[in-house]
Amino acid sequence: MTLAFAILAALIVVSAVAAMTLRNLVHCALCLAVAFIGLAGTYLQLGAQFVGLSQVLVYVGAVAILIVFAILLTRSGEPGPGRQFSATALMGVAIALAVFAVLGKVITSSAVAKRGVLPAPQTSVAQLGQKLMTDYILPLEVLALLLTAAMIGAVIIALKEKESAK
Amino acid sequence: MSAEAIDQIFITLKHAILGWLAPYLPDWLMPIVSAVLSITPILMVFPLVFALTTVVERKVLGRIQNRPGPNRVGIPLTNIRLAGFGQFIADGIKALIKEDVVPRNADKVVHFLAPIALVIPVLLAYSVLPIGKNMTALDLDSGVLFFFAVGSATELSVFMAGWSSRNKYALLGAMRAIAQMVSYELPLVLSTVGVIMMTGTLSTAKIVDAQAGGFWHWHAATPWGFAAFFLFLIAATAEANRTPFDLPEAESEIIAGYFTEYSGFKFALFFLGEYLGLFAMSGLGITLFLGGWHAPLPALEVVPSWIWFFLKLGVFILFFIWLRGTFPRLRMDQLMNLAWKFMVPLTLITIVAAGVWRFMDPGATRCLTVTAMIVVPYLLLSNALYTARGVGKRTYRYAE
Repeated sequence: MTLAFAILAALIVVSAVAAMTLRNLVHCALCLAVAFIGLAGTYLQLGAQFVGLSQVLVYVGAVAILIVFAILLTRSGEPGPGRQFSATALMGVAIALAVFAVLGKVITSSAVAKRGVLPAPQTSVAQLGQKLMTDYILPLEVLALLLTAAMIGAVIIALKEKESAK
Repeated sequence: MSAEAIDQIFITLKHAILGWLAPYLPDWLMPIVSAVLSITPILMVFPLVFALTTVVERKVLGRIQNRPGPNRVGIPLTNIRLAGFGQFIADGIKALIKEDVVPRNADKVVHFLAPIALVIPVLLAYSVLPIGKNMTALDLDSGVLFFFAVGSATELSVFMAGWSSRNKYALLGAMRAIAQMVSYELPLVLSTVGVIMMTGTLSTAKIVDAQAGGFWHWHAATPWGFAAFFLFLIAATAEANRTPFDLPEAESEIIAGYFTEYSGFKFALFFLGEYLGLFAMSGLGITLFLGGWHAPLPALEVVPSWIWFFLKLGVFILFFIWLRGTFPRLRMDQLMNLAWKFMVPLTLITIVAAGVWRFMDPGATRCLTVTAMIVVPYLLLSNALYTARGVGKRTYRYAE
């Protein structure tokens, strides 16, 4: 474990825990953004430049903004009264640990774990682009069509509301 | 000393310092020292350019508005006035010693972090800009992607500033700023796609290499590149919140937008971040479309490459000041219409045009085809949008 990984791991864990436990929702969203940045740092450290930079571009630049806007538009950022933890919090922790234990057991005993550590592939952005534009062109196009259709659908739904309001 | 040696003087200097320090420092420290040596000039030069720009901007705006602009402050305790170029030192001292007012209800931590969260990504963006030959602090394989990734992180800092101030004008300004930045990020990124397709790389240094050998090799000298360059300029102006796209801080409507509640040095940091963002965006425009650090004529390559970069940057800065002095501010609906109905379709067309340019044989036919591919949709689109607005000749009714 290198020093850089230790710093990034600590950053991710601390900000993720803060994102779950802080009272103010906007603070939670900002902590989540810090966790996203930490994850992007981990990807970059693993040599996956494209994934790391896309992580920042999409999650910090778009998803985090979407979350804070959703919070602002639906409710105030101030925490409401009442307890933060539900009465069955301990039970939840126990169930989560049990699920983790089962998953861990299954994964360590599976064929994937016995395969050993593979040598890290050297994938550049150019290679990724080549693959996407040659071998995986059909899935890419289908995906693009699907996303475009979804976007146009969203725009049409928004338009109809506007007309009925008039 | 040869021209080549003067061009590479900073690289030589860095290697000399590293070689001199090597016997005294442990091995694991050397990469860090090397990084610090690469970063320090960026941290020194660009804030200085910012400081000078504040004076130049006020002087040029003054000239446009028929007044002298700052012309008094020179060297303290002497009568030397330097034509007002001492102004930025006085401004800096003022910002440092001013009281830092934080609203009582403000979210103190987020309020404190917002200017920092703005300046750090903006400074990071400089690490991939090739300032001169062999002078890219961080030559990443995906440099352009890195630039846009860190650029998109600034939106969150704008939100932090606007939300934590607990001020309706600040929040309104932040909302406007984010809506604008999100909308114009799309044409900004799309306008660079043509260049990336043509050079086949995302590395900023390689994109500059592809434009060597005179201004007719620059991407802005091709029809698709010219169109993409203009779309990039418009989107960059909007992304940097400059007039005519300065709605987020429209002082006549919402005081100062998201940094209304900032004073003293935190305000100076916002100011710095905004201008550094503009310079970084200009730097990217120079890199992608205007040949980076290359001289416009091969004969002029004797002049060091970094001088060419800063000359081009100076032209960009003067251009943005000129825009600010002459254009009125857009309205919110005009801003959004321009981005989604005009810029996005046109950037998509330039991408297709760039593809056609790539696969046709060089010659006059290619030039004409690609030009027509851009000019015809441009005319049709602007004509359709103009008619759709229902604007005709203004008619007046008088009391009879």
